[in-house]
This record gives sequence, C-alpha cells and structure tokens, in this order.
Amino acid sequence: MGILFEDHNFSLFWHAFVQTIELSAASALLAIVLGTLLAACRVSPVPVLRAFGTVWIGVFRNTPLTLLFFAVTFGLPRVDVHLPAFLCAAVALGCYTASFVCEVLRAGINTIPIGQAEAARSLGMTFSQTLTLIVLPQAGRAVLGPMSSVFIALPRNSAIAGAFNVAELLSLQQTLSERGYAIFAIFFWIALAYLCISAAVGLAFRTLERKLAVAA
Amino acid sequence: MLNRRTSAAALAVLALAATAACGKSGSPSASTDSSVKAAAYPVKTDAKLDGSPTIAAAKKRGKLVIGAKADQPFLGFEDVTTNTRNGFDIEVAKMVAADLGFSESQIEWKTIASANRETALSGGQIDYYVGTYSINDKRKAQVSFAGPYYIAGQDLLVRKDNSDITGPDATKGKNVCTATGSTSIDRIKTYGATVTAFDTYSQCVDKLLNKEVDAVTTDDAILMGYAAKNEGQLKVVGKPFSTEKYGVGLNKDDKVLRDAIDDALKAHEDNGDWKKAFDATLAKSGSAAPQPPALERY
Repeated sequence: MGILFEDHNFSLFWHAFVQTIELSAASALLAIVLGTLLAACRVSPVPVLRAFGTVWIGVFRNTPLTLLFFAVTFGLPRVDVHLPAFLCAAVALGCYTASFVCEVLRAGINTIPIGQAEAARSLGMTFSQTLTLIVLPQAGRAVLGPMSSVFIALPRNSAIAGAFNVAELLSLQQTLSERGYAIFAIFFWIALAYLCISAAVGLAFRTLERKLAVAA
Repeated sequence: MLNRRTSAAALAVLALAATAACGKSGSPSASTDSSVKAAAYPVKTDAKLDGSPTIAAAKKRGKLVIGAKADQPFLGFEDVTTNTRNGFDIEVAKMVAADLGFSESQIEWKTIASANRETALSGGQIDYYVGTYSINDKRKAQVSFAGPYYIAGQDLLVRKDNSDITGPDATKGKNVCTATGSTSIDRIKTYGATVTAFDTYSQCVDKLLNKEVDAVTTDDAILMGYAAKNEGQLKVVGKPFSTEKYGVGLNKDDKVLRDAIDDALKAHEDNGDWKKAFDATLAKSGSAAPQPPALERY
C-alpha cells in the first residue's frame, strides 16, 4: 500500500492524474463544440452538410480509438504535419467522442415536437436561430443522462494516450511495474484515481440534471 | 455563417485524417539471411530435476511452457507468417529447455508482456521466462532468477549518417525516444535529453526513420535487433551507460530448477552454443559477440 509514498512516486502519480484530467477536459471541450456542430449538420436542410455529418460519424464512431491515435501520431507526420503529443491525443480523442456527442444530441433533437420548429419558423427565425434558441436548449436537457455516459467513458478512453507519449495514469502503471512494484498494488491506486474522476463527472451531470431537468 | 465555416474546417481535418490513415506503414521486414545458423541443442535424457514442482508439472503435461517476447527483432520475435519464433533470447530458452530434457517440439511459447511477467511466473502460467528480463532486488522478492546470461547496457540507436550523437553526453537538448514507463527514461533525462515515449520500440524506430526524433534509447541488445532489422539505415552508438543483467525468470520457490538452468547456461556458454546463437542473431547489427557474463548463483 505504501507504493505511492516511496521513491518520489507521489509526484509521478500526481502528474499523471493531472495529465489525465487535462487531456479529458481538453478533448471534452473539443467533443462538445464539434459534436454540437455535427448534430447541427446532421439535421440541417443543406444536403452537403448532412452528408458530411453522416460520413464523420461513420468514420469516427466505427474506427477503433487506438487506430485514430495511430493515424494522428504516425500518419500526420507523413504529410508533414507535426503536432505536440498532447494535441495529437486531444484531437484523436475529441474527434472520436464528438461523434458520440453528436448522436446523443441528435436523439434529443428528435424528441422535440416538430411544431416547435414550425412555430419558430413562422415567427421569422432562421435555421440557426431555431436551432440555437429553441431546439438545442430543450434537446440538451433531455439527453443529460446518456450524455453523462459519454463523458464518463471519456477519461477512461484517454488511457490509450499513454501509449502515445502522453504521461497519463495508465502509462504510470508501466513506470511503476518497471521499477518492480507488485502489479495489484499499482492497479489499485490507478483504478481508484479513475474512479474519482468518473465519480466527479457523474456527480457534475447529476447536479446539472437536478438544476435543468424539465418536470414531466 | 459560423456553421459553414467551421464545418469547412472540420472537413479539412477529416480529409487530413483520411489521407494520414493511408500513409505507408512499411518498415523493412526482418532479414531472412540464414548463412549463420544457431547450433542444434541435443536433448538431455538424464536430467535430474527431482523436487522441482515446475518440472514435475511440465513432465505431466508433456510440454514446457516458456514465456517470451514477440516483438523484439532478433531477440524475441514471433514471425506470424511462418509461425516461428527466433532471436537470441529464444535460442537461450531453447538451449535451457534441451538440458532440462525437453525437445523443441515439446516447447509451448507464450507471449507475456513485461507488466505481467511476475504474475505469470508466480501463478504458474509459464515455467520460465526469457525476454530481456533485468535482474533487480524488487523483482527478486517476487520471482527467482537464473543467470545472468547476458549483460546489456542502455545505449543509443541513431541514423547511420548521424555523427553528432556519440554518447549519452551528446543528447542534451536532443529528442530521444524510448518506451513508456521504462527505466531508460529516467536515465536519459539526467543527460538533458527531451524524451518521447511510445508503447513499443518499433514506434520509436518509425519516428527515428522519419526524422522526428534524433535517437532511440534502451538496452543495447534491443537496439542491436532493430539495427539488424534496418541494416544500412541505423546504427548503435556503442557506448553503454548502464548495466542490465538479463536473467531467466522462474518461480520463486523452485531452487532445483534455478540451479538446473544455471548449469544449462554454463554448459552452453562453455561449448560455444551461446556465441553461435549470438552470431546467428544480434551480430547482424554489426556488433561482435561479447564474453558471456559470470553466473550469479544464489
């Protein structure tokens, strides 16, 4: 149990913990922005945008995340794009998660009665106004539950970044086991750290739900 | 129209990712030149191993289960096209098996990742492990070691045309790649190098060939394997700056087996099999076989 407090392991652990949180936060931000835009594309009246949204979802939701990391880390340099490792990881993880955010949001949009959009149109609102002022706020509230699942999965998915030059929690396991610590003690602390992060995300969504949920 | 502009940007990213995915991932496959062959190891029929629970169990199942690495060229490598294993560690594992009374066909290989070595040994999933396994005190508390059968040292792998990285002192401010979590990271950092860490060394070698990093660092044995695989493109600097004693890992309580493996290593070092194994594998990197290290029986 003492492994955290010997050999300066704690500073390593803390650094890895913070890296996981930073990477999760950065990719969550990217995922929310991109995911919302994608959802808007998928319900937009412009066929090209709809097709773009569909292709994006098809590519990013169906490709294994590790493969996306590979494409960004080892593919981009071949076309002379050199990004720092953290950015590579955030892009891969953000684009992947965005596809899930988009689909959850789209499901929410589908729950809004068509009459709402028609009413907005009849008041002279444009498509973007209808979407941002009328439809998305309601859709967002409706999907808080499934959305929390997406964002609880995100920090755990970020573990893959450890293999691609980001010193996050799971890669710490390799450092510590190389130093000769028993694998179970290492995993205990790592699992606990992931649990803390997931629990915090879950709690945040629960609070949001309480504040925003519409009484049925 | 914010919408259109951002989606155009997003489209650009997608297109980029798509082209990236098509990038050539070719690295030359391991050279199959077999002009130098490792020796064949005659199987000992009179091996005395009474009192070894590991061997008793192996005899009962009729097979010896050996843990190894599968991704280290010329060291511990699994060729999935021919379904064979080859490399220096594999040869060492085979010569030990022969002296324990098991022929090559009675060996079952199991690929075990570094992090799982101790659990696999103490849990009895494998009988012994040969795969760049450094002997250290923390590990000795969990498993036993026979050997060492090779003394490696941390070294640097650079592109053949590189002349400014002559040793660890010359890595200050240079970009050096190594495996995530390896002890090599801590050591190279003390020389002021910028460290890049990936899951496998082959990823580092890819970055080295693509000139994104200046050097790859880890034990020289591993680097020699990659230099041999990329003959004419890469070279090992040859100034080791640490000492790693590679041992054969086995279950902690099995002293009979440990002594038997030590005897086997000694016998094959003395009769020249050890050197032949090196010449047939790692020597392809251009490095000559060193003297086998003295065994540390305990």
